Amino acid sequence: MFEIEIRGLVKRLGGRTILRGIELTIEQGETLAVLGPSGSGKSTLLRCINALTPFDAGQIRVGDIVLRPGKVPRDVAIQVRRQLGMVFQDFALFPHLRAIDNVALGPRLVLGLTKEQARHRAVQLLQRVGLQHRAEAFPAQLSGGEKQRVAIARALAMEPKGLLCDEITSALDPELKWEVLSVLADLKKDGLTMVVVTHEVGFARRVADRLCILSDGQILEVGPPQQVLENPKTARVQQFLARVLT
Amino acid sequence: MDTGERLSPRARYGMLGFVVLTTPFLLTLGNPALGQSPTPSAPSDSGSGLPPLRWGADAEGGAPYIFYDPERPEQLIGFEVDLIRALERELGRRIEHQQYDFKKLVDGLERGDIDLAMNGLEITPDRQKRVRFSRPYYVFKLQLVTREGETEINSLRDCVEKQARVGTLENTAASRLLEQLRVPTFLYDSQVTPFEDLALGRLDAVLMDVPIVLYHGRNKPGLRLVEPLVSGRGYYAIAFRKDDEELARQFDVALERLLASGELRRIYETWGLWNASQEELYPPNQFGLELAREHTAPQSLEGWSFGSYFPLLLRAVWLTVELTVLSMAVAVVIGLIIAVCRLYGPYPLQLLALCYVEFFRGIPVLLLLYFLYFGLPAIGQVFGWDMALRWSPFVTAVLGLGLNYAAYEAEIYRAAISSIPRAQWEAAASLGLTPTQTFRYVILPQAIRIILPPSTTDFVALFKDTSLAGTITVVELSKQYQILSTSGADYRALVEIGVATALLYLLMAVPLGYLSRRLEERWHAGHLAEGRH
Repeated sequence: MFEIEIRGLVKRLGGRTILRGIELTIEQGETLAVLGPSGSGKSTLLRCINALTPFDAGQIRVGDIVLRPGKVPRDVAIQVRRQLGMVFQDFALFPHLRAIDNVALGPRLVLGLTKEQARHRAVQLLQRVGLQHRAEAFPAQLSGGEKQRVAIARALAMEPKGLLCDEITSALDPELKWEVLSVLADLKKDGLTMVVVTHEVGFARRVADRLCILSDGQILEVGPPQQVLENPKTARVQQFLARVLT
Repeated sequence: MDTGERLSPRARYGMLGFVVLTTPFLLTLGNPALGQSPTPSAPSDSGSGLPPLRWGADAEGGAPYIFYDPERPEQLIGFEVDLIRALERELGRRIEHQQYDFKKLVDGLERGDIDLAMNGLEITPDRQKRVRFSRPYYVFKLQLVTREGETEINSLRDCVEKQARVGTLENTAASRLLEQLRVPTFLYDSQVTPFEDLALGRLDAVLMDVPIVLYHGRNKPGLRLVEPLVSGRGYYAIAFRKDDEELARQFDVALERLLASGELRRIYETWGLWNASQEELYPPNQFGLELAREHTAPQSLEGWSFGSYFPLLLRAVWLTVELTVLSMAVAVVIGLIIAVCRLYGPYPLQLLALCYVEFFRGIPVLLLLYFLYFGLPAIGQVFGWDMALRWSPFVTAVLGLGLNYAAYEAEIYRAAISSIPRAQWEAAASLGLTPTQTFRYVILPQAIRIILPPSTTDFVALFKDTSLAGTITVVELSKQYQILSTSGADYRALVEIGVATALLYLLMAVPLGYLSRRLEERWHAGHLAEGRH
């Protein structure tokens, strides 16, 4: 049973407290959308889960791997990252590698696949995000939407059990967002566990199983999208949603 | 046009500054200050009313001819200084010393910078075409010096047969003789360093004018003067401009009087330079130009053609290329190590790397070359590992240039590597790559695109800096030019050689510069389009 369990997570940075005791469980196959104003700690939450940044108190469990406060030992970090793929707002593709090699690099170096096996897997994944015809293109030759889909394929190539998406459509023009979001919708159908930090309320309503509103390092509300969006319990959530929805 | 030449005064400067610290023997060289220094105790101007004459001579490492007194470094001494004083008295006219590079003395006369040149200047047919020589004032022979315990070499013939490595001063009777005999010759522009190299085992023998040997070789432990002297002789004379016939005549007469009065002999005896050969200066031998012409017939460069010197230049080109490529290889490897230490090493290592960069960027390459070439073996001798630290000139040049350029490369690499966005590290980490894998497969390949253009520029700079290797006897292109251009070739040949040398440099440097710009354009375009995360 693969789930992500977060208990009493506290993260401080330079005298500021970014996360103030987060309690959250993401179940296997669930898609959780995280909404919140900028600076609310959404990205930091993802980075803590993926061991990209250490935290100060609490505990995170990813499958059977447990992260504790303080510097994460390298082997533990690598184990966590093997289970979780991550997609970034600014794509972070490797600009010196063709699309296919961006996807094949991880399997080759980390999973120990041969070059042929890795490229074979890369082609399949590019197909899955609808980009098999762009396999030989360099990142600089791809549109924003295409770049982000390559980045998703790159994360999937490690065969993760979960996927962390950090505002992956924020850097895209509106007409390109749908192509990335529809890829996520497909992945949900395949049963991938996902934590999606986003500003796309429409996407959250249609695709997410649950919606989590984060503000000032605290969870204000968690629940089914319908319920949270239409009957928010607190005034702060109402205010935030009013701003986002208009 | 005169690239190599420009370096040499600086060269000797640096060396003196350094060597004086390491080898007490060299303290005798004293202060290499440049510029005018009036001859001490000039006689009262006996009413002549004429301006003082300017005497061109090179006081840097110029013992026993003219050099700074080690006891009183502001004071010039030497047998030629004594002779000038005697001439001042004879002529009743002040003569001021003007510091002048030995190899440029004839040019200096022609330019009018000096009125006479007297600096162990040997009468040669080539020089006679350009200047008016006085009667000779010294007859010199050549003497071979080798190491104590070296039993194989007892004559110049042995050097020829055993193909011994022989050091000498460039463009002298000795260098021409060695060249004619096809002995492996190492050319120096300092009188001191050949003896140093001989003692260190880089040379098997040194062949030089007797006065130099008497002064520098005699008291140096571990060296042996080979008797008898090399047969044949040369004449030192004072050079004047051809149109200064009247002045030259006055000096001829004055010299004759000094000779007749025994004053000249007294001066030479003071310096331990008197020997039987000097009898030749006396009548009835009718010393003078005829005699000189008869006995000194060094190879004239007249009729030198493109075909005769171009192979020499090409050989030097090859050496220059080798030197550049190998030095750059050293610089790249060490530079990368230093850059990685500075970026990712533990604090003490970071500090060490920073020290390396600041140190090697801060000291002149020339000084570094001298340190490695002369200083390290000297230090090594103290600790008993002198053999290990005694590198050949070529190896020394590669290491010296490599170590220096490594500091510049390290900074380029560091800047390039740290300019790769953090997101690249995180993206690689989130795929499960280790930091080492990330560096090798993600960061470095991107950094190289940033590194290559400035690195290529450095490569071109290094290529030109190889000319410094000429100062430690590596005959690369500039040194070869320098040797050819001071070999007494006429102006036409000089211009030809200069143009050919410059063209060879350009032929190698321009394509590199073009390549660098091309790379920059191509990679820069690609990178900017990516929008730099």
